[in-house]
Amino acid sequence: MSWTDLKSELSDQGYVASDALAMALYLSITLGRPLLLEGAAGVGKTQIAKTLAEIRQTELIRLQCYEGLDAASAIYEWNYQRQLLSIRAAGELSSREEIEDKIFSETYLLRRPLLEAIQQTESPVLLIDEIDRADEEFEAYLLEILSDFQISIPELGTIKAVTRPLVVLTANGTRDLSDALRRRCIYSYVEYPDRHTELSILNKRQPNLNAHLADQIVGFVQALRKEELEKKPGIAETLDWAAALSGLGINDLSDDPATLQASLVCLLKTQSDQSSVPTEVAQRLVGKAA
Amino acid sequence: MPVTRFPTRAESVADRMVGFMAHLRLNGINVGVKESETSLQALASIDAVDPDETRLALKAICATDADRFGRFDELFKAYWFARDRQRLRQQQQKSKEKPHDKNRWSNRSLLEQSIQASSAGALDSPDESDGRDGEDNEAEQNGDGKLIASTVFNVNKADLREFMKPDDLAHAERVALQLARAIRDRRSRRRRAAKKGAQLDLRRIARKSVPTGGEPLHLLKRRRPDRPVHLVALLDVSGSMTVYARVFLSFLKGLIGADQRTDAFLFHTQLVHISDALRDGDTFRAVNRLSMMAQGFGGGTKIGTNLALFNRQYASQMVNGRTVVIILSDGYDTDPPEKISNELARLKKRGCKIVWLNPLKGWKDYEPVAKGMAAALPHLDVFAPANTLADLAALEPHLAKI
Repeated sequence: MSWTDLKSELSDQGYVASDALAMALYLSITLGRPLLLEGAAGVGKTQIAKTLAEIRQTELIRLQCYEGLDAASAIYEWNYQRQLLSIRAAGELSSREEIEDKIFSETYLLRRPLLEAIQQTESPVLLIDEIDRADEEFEAYLLEILSDFQISIPELGTIKAVTRPLVVLTANGTRDLSDALRRRCIYSYVEYPDRHTELSILNKRQPNLNAHLADQIVGFVQALRKEELEKKPGIAETLDWAAALSGLGINDLSDDPATLQASLVCLLKTQSDQSSVPTEVAQRLVGKAA
Repeated sequence: MPVTRFPTRAESVADRMVGFMAHLRLNGINVGVKESETSLQALASIDAVDPDETRLALKAICATDADRFGRFDELFKAYWFARDRQRLRQQQQKSKEKPHDKNRWSNRSLLEQSIQASSAGALDSPDESDGRDGEDNEAEQNGDGKLIASTVFNVNKADLREFMKPDDLAHAERVALQLARAIRDRRSRRRRAAKKGAQLDLRRIARKSVPTGGEPLHLLKRRRPDRPVHLVALLDVSGSMTVYARVFLSFLKGLIGADQRTDAFLFHTQLVHISDALRDGDTFRAVNRLSMMAQGFGGGTKIGTNLALFNRQYASQMVNGRTVVIILSDGYDTDPPEKISNELARLKKRGCKIVWLNPLKGWKDYEPVAKGMAAALPHLDVFAPANTLADLAALEPHLAKI
């Protein structure tokens, strides 16, 4: 399979990838390296992992990072409640060694995404979402897992990967990632799509939309991104908006300014953004989009 | 953009690839043996004769952040297609005069340009230095503003604008660095799980209860450790602040040190991001260079405009609930005061703390009457003097608290 094949396969699944992204993904698969994606919110970073899992028909294991994410919720945790119960139940009858062997066996282990990902019989797609939200300590630990694909559990020993998962990391600049992590990854920066790409995404996702409206929608969103907004609308917003408009039975954006204005809630997600695009501005953008 | 030429006898693909990596390094993209190796592997799995394909592949491997990702195409072209080689070689000569550390190139060269621009500006206006002298004199005339009078000369308590002799400056830099280190250590100090905490530490409880037959006698707790705060410093280097600029720059330099979680900006009529320049290992070089910038600009201040720019460009990435924004300024602004107030309110909405350090506040009888300052006051968490090193030291508990 070449990278262009991969690109067209993605496109068949409804994901229109740029050349740079398709190449990065291809290399990350062939070289067996994690893929690090950066870019604004809503440009399809998470989606590509999902699409990839669909193409390869494997499981998608997702680890959503957040501040304070620790090993216990990312890798494994003992099922303490069960352990305590089991110790009580055993009482005086069994020896200490027996109890320990029992409660520190795999039955009492709660697998979290990272451990689960390396224990699959078929190589899954492991999506580590918003890695920049986790703290540096976790990032450092992740480095170890990503290079060795093995996890040490003191009570059980080292668990080696059965298959290597395909790792996709996403970040959107909450903090700077370490150079060490960056250098282990294949990198791609995902931009907002250009007009042509966005139109083909919209056509892929909502094939029933009439061509004129689709063109207008994309033109409008592209123009809107050039305005000064706190949160620029991503592709997900475009798709939502298109669905909303077709649901409202609108065939042309310039038909009904009031409805158009009301439907902008799909694109503008903060109060100040909404107030910065009053009817006049929206109409001007419609004019541009035509 | 410096261009590395092919080695005279570049025979294999590997040779050329090594040359390309050297070229990238020279241009501030820190790649090493590992990248060369990966690149060669990658070439084997694509159509390496197609320049576009090769470019995309090498880009995915070597450009590891958004900035480099944007610059890579140019660098690729410059090496493999050697455009404008003559001109580029000249620039390379220039660049060799400066040692290059890993990824600071872009900022460095930007700085250089600004400095050249500013020194050119100084030539055009020969009376500028006179103007500054006048300012100093004026400041001294009004200058019964020392906080504490003492017969013993105490550098820690002398007004920072008197630190103009090289020895004093060196001392000030040292002290500022120490202070900054103290602050940084303070805020990054971690605490272990304490006796009191919100959650039970079941892992340790289970362990401890094995010897007691499963009876959890000791209830151990755990608590999230304190996390270091992210500092963002904005330093005003307008005319009225020039006398303090150098010392404050050393202060920023100390704050930034080796900590990746700190950012610094200069502003006057425009906003300049200087974190990378300040991380330059050589204190004197970094501070001198930036001081030159500061002096060259030293004109009016647009605090409001700069805050707006900061909000728009940087705040979304740098500022969150665990950020402390430090503004070092005297509050004399040429923008309308509402602007400062609006922009501070907007910044505040991100959940950060705002600390305003005003060198004038240490002066006797100072009242924040400058309109800009008055408008800013309601949005500030800490408004503190900063005209002596002791004042800066006194900041430590504030930073530890918030």
